[in-house]
Amino acid sequence: MERLQSARISLGRWVCLWAVSCIKTPQMFAFIETLKPKRRLKMSLSAKDKAAVKAFWAKVSGQADAIGSDALSRMLVVYPQTKTYFAHWKDLSPGSAPVMKHGKTVMGGIADAVGKIDDISSGLLNLSELHAFTLRVDPTNFKILSHNILVVMAMMFPQDFTPEVHVALDKFLAAVSLALSEKYR
Amino acid sequence: MVKWSDFERATIQDIFSKIDKDVVGQAALARCLIVYPWTQRYFGSFGNLYNAAAITSNPKVAAHGKVVIGGLEKALQNMDNIKQAYTDLSVLHSEKLQVDPDNFKLLADCLTIVVASNLGISFTPEVQAAFQKFLDVVVAALRKQYY
Repeated sequence: MERLQSARISLGRWVCLWAVSCIKTPQMFAFIETLKPKRRLKMSLSAKDKAAVKAFWAKVSGQADAIGSDALSRMLVVYPQTKTYFAHWKDLSPGSAPVMKHGKTVMGGIADAVGKIDDISSGLLNLSELHAFTLRVDPTNFKILSHNILVVMAMMFPQDFTPEVHVALDKFLAAVSLALSEKYR
Repeated sequence: MVKWSDFERATIQDIFSKIDKDVVGQAALARCLIVYPWTQRYFGSFGNLYNAAAITSNPKVAAHGKVVIGGLEKALQNMDNIKQAYTDLSVLHSEKLQVDPDNFKLLADCLTIVVASNLGISFTPEVQAAFQKFLDVVVAALRKQYY
């Protein structure tokens, strides 16, 4: 259903590429790569999306801890299979101390991603390795937690969480989830 | 057969009694068309869906939102046999409308978010669990007659 963005190269660029391709040195091959337009990843964040995410985050970041702990609490209740990752906690009930602490940790990661929104993959490299090699959370669960973060946003900020903000945040959280699972295999 | 606890039955009835049915259906469908634009493929006859403002103010979207809520109320009235009650609806969606059933989950997620923003703090995790279970059963019933 999704269209791949085709790489459109202008005539001028084609002529340069042809002329330059006659010089077959490694340096020339590397230079040719820089001339080719980069392909967009499917459903990547537009400038409008990034602006919407940053503007909304500026409004809600003061309540980040509450958002994180509520989203996590909900996830553990509504999707009980997610509790399997937290068997080492004493108390998994909504609003418990470990849940609140971890909600804060998660939102810290989200805040970091907002700051690095122009290159989430490289910005979240450490978190990516943590999730791939140590935590090994099944990537389906990133979608689940993202959904619960959106539900909490809708509850806490009904006026600001417009459909436009919703789509931008949904895409942003999907990009974060992708970055976190990048090193898995 | 789906087992409903007393809490779940009461909660779902309560949600439907509290929400403004004319608003929620329209809001959820509009949100679905905006957040997941590929769902617009099923609404070619709805006219102007070019941007969020157009979708939100589109009268056909509003009318269809009410139809969707009507469908959910049918499930509410037949909670112990939703699969059976939805046989015709399932055939309609698969044979005539030819909707990819993965889209049902997208609309269900938008419904959850709209209901959450309507109910605010009373949409507790337990209430959310009951509501999402109800929507999961509805979606499964809609998928049943696909082959």
